[in-house]
Amino acid sequence: MISFTDLTVRFGAAVALDRVSGTAADGEWLGVIGPNGAGKTTLLNSLARLTSFDGSVGVCGRPAARLGRRELARLIAYVPQRPLLPPDMTAGEYVLLGRNAHIGYLRTESAADHRICAGILARLDLTALAERRLRAMSGGELQRLVLARALAQEAPVLLLDEPTSALDLGRRMDALELIDDVRRERGLTVVSAIHDLTLAGQFADRLMLLAGGRIAAAGPAADVLDGSLLAGHFGAGIQVLRTEAGELAVISRRRRPGMS
Amino acid sequence: MTAATPARPSAQPVVTAAAAPAAAGPVRLRRATRPVLLATVALAIAIVAGVAVGPAGLSPEQVLAALADRLPWHPHLAVSPLNSAIVWQLRLPRVLLGVLVGSMLAGGGAAYQGIFRNPLADPYLLGVAAGGGLGATIVVVSGGSQALLPPAAFAGAAGAVALTYLLGTSGGRGGDSAAARGGTGSILLAGVAIAAMLTAFQTYLQQQHTQTLSVVYSWILGGLSAATWSQIWLVLPYIVVSAIALLAHRRLLDVLRVGETEAASLGVNVARVRLLVVIAATLGVSAAVAVSGLIGFVGIIVPHAIRLTAGPSYRVLLPVSMIGGAAFLVLADVAARTAQAPAEVPIGVITAVAGAPFFLFVLRSRRAQQDLS
Repeated sequence: MISFTDLTVRFGAAVALDRVSGTAADGEWLGVIGPNGAGKTTLLNSLARLTSFDGSVGVCGRPAARLGRRELARLIAYVPQRPLLPPDMTAGEYVLLGRNAHIGYLRTESAADHRICAGILARLDLTALAERRLRAMSGGELQRLVLARALAQEAPVLLLDEPTSALDLGRRMDALELIDDVRRERGLTVVSAIHDLTLAGQFADRLMLLAGGRIAAAGPAADVLDGSLLAGHFGAGIQVLRTEAGELAVISRRRRPGMS
Repeated sequence: MTAATPARPSAQPVVTAAAAPAAAGPVRLRRATRPVLLATVALAIAIVAGVAVGPAGLSPEQVLAALADRLPWHPHLAVSPLNSAIVWQLRLPRVLLGVLVGSMLAGGGAAYQGIFRNPLADPYLLGVAAGGGLGATIVVVSGGSQALLPPAAFAGAAGAVALTYLLGTSGGRGGDSAAARGGTGSILLAGVAIAAMLTAFQTYLQQQHTQTLSVVYSWILGGLSAATWSQIWLVLPYIVVSAIALLAHRRLLDVLRVGETEAASLGVNVARVRLLVVIAATLGVSAAVAVSGLIGFVGIIVPHAIRLTAGPSYRVLLPVSMIGGAAFLVLADVAARTAQAPAEVPIGVITAVAGAPFFLFVLRSRRAQQDLS
C-alpha cells in the first residue's frame, strides 16, 4: 500500500500540487484523473521521489523519505509517460534493467535475475522479441516492454503515468486488461494517471480528480464521474452516460452543433 | 467496481512468474568475449611493433636477443649494451607507458560519455587539460626541476575537476532527485567555465615568460618520448585503480542509458555513481596527463569506433575501449617516431590525422544501424 499526506510541490512561484493526501490499499487501483496541468504527473513523481516536495509518503508502512534509492525501487516501480528507450538495446537487456535494485552496487545479474526476467517476458508474450532491438519494436510492444521492466522490479506498488496514451483504442484496452490481470496475480497496488475518463472508470477501484494541484473529488468511479462535476473542470459539453451493462461512459459533446 | 463488473471477464489464465518456463534462455546480454579477444590481438600486434620498430633499425633477432637477455634462465647471447639499452630503457618503457595512457584516455572518455550521456564528452571534459596545462606551465616558468612537472600537472588536473564538480553541483534545490542536485548539464557548464579560466591563466603566464614558450608548448602537445620506468611505476597504481573502478561501474553505466530520472526510479543513486566515476576517471586521466601531456582525440575517437563496431553496451564498450585505446596509442607512437625519423612527429598530430579519417569511415559505414547513445 502507499499513502501520502499533504504533498505540496512548488515550481518557483507556481504551486503544482497543494496539500494533496490520499491512499491506495494493498491490491487497490487508484486512478488519478484531471485536466492537463492538474498535477497528475507531479503527484506520481512525488510518490516515486523523483521531484522535491513537502509532505510525507509512506510505502508499505515505511516512510519513503528514510529509504535509500535501492530500497525504494524494491517497493515502487514507475512507468513514465514517455520512457527513454535506447534504440540499440535489446528487449531482454531492457527488462534486465528492472533488476537493478536487487543487484549489489558493483555486481552483475545473477541466474535468478535472468530467470525472473524470462518469466516476465513469457507472461507478457514478449519471449520471441527478447533479442530484438527497441528501435525495431512497435508502440504496443514497447508499451508492454516498459511494463515488463517495471514488473521485473518485483515491487508491490506500481505507478503508471498515462500508460496507454500512445496506443490506439484497442491496444489501450489490451494494455489496461494486462495491467489489471498482473495486478490481480501479484496483488499489486496501482496508482495511475489516466486521461481517458471512461477507461479510468472501468479499471480503477477509486478515482482521484485533481484540478489546479488540489483534490476536487475522490471516491468510487460512480461518485467522481459525475457530469456536472467533470464539466466544471474539463469544460461544458462533458456528459456521463450509463450503458446497459451498468458501465459509465464519459463523452464530450461539440459546443456548436455539427453540419449534419 | 472492477471485481464486480461482469462485462470484463478475466481474459487470460493466471500464470505467475514462478510457473513460467524457468530457462534463462531468452534474456541474454551481449558477450564481451569476442570483441575483447580481437582488441587483445590488436594490442599484442601493437606491442610487438612498438618494441620491434624504431629509428635505431635493430633487426628482429637483435630485439629478441636483447629481450631474452634479461630473462632469468636464458641461453648465452651476445647482446651489445647499446642494443639492450635501446630495447629496455627506450622502447619498452615507451610502449608500456603508451598502453597505460592509451587505455586510460579511451576508458575515461567512454565512461564520461556514459555518465554525462553526451557523445562529445572526452576525458579532458571537466578541466583536466586546462588544469594540467596550468600546473605544468607554473613549474616551467618558475624554473622548477623537470621532476616537478608530473606532480604539478597531476595536481592542476585533479584540482580543476574538483573545482568544476563543486561549482557544478552546488546551489541545486533540495531533495534527492538527480535533477534537483545539480544535473550533468550544470557540471558540464561549470567545466567549460573552469577550463576557460585556467586556460586564460596559463596563456597569461606563458606570454609573460616567452623564453620558456617552446618547453610549455611541447609539453602541451603531449607525447611519450620522455617515458621512463620510474614514470611507469609512478602512474601505474593510479591507472590500475582507476581502470578497475571504471570497469566495476559498467553495468550501472548501462542502466544510465535510460536517463537519470528513470535510472533513479530503478534504484540508482545517480549522484553517487556520477561522483565515483568522475573521481576514478580523474585520478587515472590526471596521472596519464602528468606523464604524457595532452594527447588529443584518443578519448573520443576510440570509444566511438568501438561503439560503432561492437555496440553501445558499456559491458563491452569499457573493456574494449581500454584495450583498443592502448593498441591505438602504441601504434600512433610507432608512427610518430618513424614517420620522419630521426625527428619525431608530435603524437597528437598522428592520433588526429590517423584517427579522424578512420573514425569517419566507421561512422559512415555503420551510422545507419547504430545509435550513439
